[in-house]
Amino acid sequence: MGKKSLGIYALAYILFLYLPVLLIPIFSFNASPIVSFPIEELTTQWYKNLLGEAVLHSALQNSLKVGIVAALTSTLLGMLAARAITNYNFLGRAPITALIMSPLVLPEIIVGISLLIVLQQLGLNLSLFTVALGHILLCLPFAIIVLRSSFEGLDKSLEYAAQDLGETPFWVFLRVTLPLILPGVLASLLITFTISFDEFLVAFFLAGNEPTLPVYIWSQLRFIAKLPNILALGSLILLFSFLLLWGADLLRRHAEKRMQTVK
Amino acid sequence: MSAEGEANGKRATLLIGAPFIYAAAMLVVPIFTIITFSFWTQNYLDIDKNFTWANYIAAWSEPIYTTLMWRSLGISAVVTFFTVTLAYPLAYYISFHVPQERKTLWLFLITIPFWTSYLLRVFAWKIMLGYNGVLNSGLIGLGIIDEPIRAMLYNVNAVVITLTHAWGPFAILPIFVSLEKIDRSLINAARDLGDAAWRRFYRVILPLSMPGVIAALLIVFIPTVGDYITPGLVGGKDGVMIANMIRLQVSKANNWPLGAALAVNAMIIVAILSVTMVVCLRAFIKRIR
Repeated sequence: MGKKSLGIYALAYILFLYLPVLLIPIFSFNASPIVSFPIEELTTQWYKNLLGEAVLHSALQNSLKVGIVAALTSTLLGMLAARAITNYNFLGRAPITALIMSPLVLPEIIVGISLLIVLQQLGLNLSLFTVALGHILLCLPFAIIVLRSSFEGLDKSLEYAAQDLGETPFWVFLRVTLPLILPGVLASLLITFTISFDEFLVAFFLAGNEPTLPVYIWSQLRFIAKLPNILALGSLILLFSFLLLWGADLLRRHAEKRMQTVK
Repeated sequence: MSAEGEANGKRATLLIGAPFIYAAAMLVVPIFTIITFSFWTQNYLDIDKNFTWANYIAAWSEPIYTTLMWRSLGISAVVTFFTVTLAYPLAYYISFHVPQERKTLWLFLITIPFWTSYLLRVFAWKIMLGYNGVLNSGLIGLGIIDEPIRAMLYNVNAVVITLTHAWGPFAILPIFVSLEKIDRSLINAARDLGDAAWRRFYRVILPLSMPGVIAALLIVFIPTVGDYITPGLVGGKDGVMIANMIRLQVSKANNWPLGAALAVNAMIIVAILSVTMVVCLRAFIKRIR
């Protein structure tokens, strides 16, 4: 295949990737509650409707709480793991890494059902706490992927220098290592937060009576009359996720550039 | 050296300890628990802890479970084939034809849908394919069809299309990474030795990019077998998959051991198929070389 036809194919693929998703914001301004062409009149009514939905507001709060806890915890655990994996060659390194990274490829239904059964056996009531426990597990591999590149690009002679000047390991980390990997840490926080914020299935299994935003959306999809509201809500979520991910990408690129100039 | 090595070992253990314990507690313990559960039985709310194969016998003999299992595997296999086949040329284009400074933009464009809400990406297809949906109304508006096509939503095809769309980015990235790793001088050498373009591709590029293809196959195949959202939203009655049945067992049907057995069963089948696929593909690559 020639370069030109491949280029056309690539553009067509990107369109295929984006067009269906862009339908959500496009039709969120459609005055007719039926999602079909032609769009005859525009409205912001569906967005205004969102302001009055009390259940939606509590679902949003739930998602924010879970997202913040999952992002902070998985990034913290991810920092420990990424550091160990990049800097040390310890016993069982390969199998332990494989275990921690395995939620990336495990079907979510397996994670959902097995956590559900074990938490209920332990007598824990399903709550936002149990959702957060599941989300930390799912977010951890992503945190490690992002943080590993930060640790790999780290100039270790700076840490040695601080050590030689008499800093304890804790202060070396806080005053030398952390500032250097900070863009990676922030990128990890943004990405893991987005993953938790958008995650449906594990939350669906573990949420009990406290729905997160995606679980709320799922419950509303049964009602055809609610569809336009969901389009408006979905558009806001897509916009929010995009901004967070864009921020993460900028941070990562900034970090890469800085690493290159240091070298 | 040994004292330092010991100190290093201690630090590594301290570092990896917490994440390891977390993954073990939240993954290994639960999976062993559902394996145990799968050999028990449930009568309303009472769990009978006597060992039995009954759930597995049901999983392998009752038509409803076997049908759903085979359908899930079939859908996944088709989706995996399409996803990886469609992803390869794009990954190739980005790796070989996009100038270095614009690669990050392309990768960003591809990773954005990769991170954003899976639920919303699937939902988009529901409004796209519906009876009064975007595609039907659009085709009518353009005068291509006179009345809506009924057969678009709520069947196996809708599930396949939606999954192929949703998992595309997951396949592009590993293939792209392995194409990037190929030493360009090998391709030039093949050209200098007189290999035509397709032969260079078939003999050099394809075999060397196989690790990425294998990774892409696994990354798409394994999770899609257990997909719940897509069959739930666009599958209708004919597109129900095994995950929907597992969920039903631990909710309305109140038969946790059977739900556990169906899950363990699916996990084992997928593991066996994945290993077989990897072994066969590796043998295939050796042959081309």
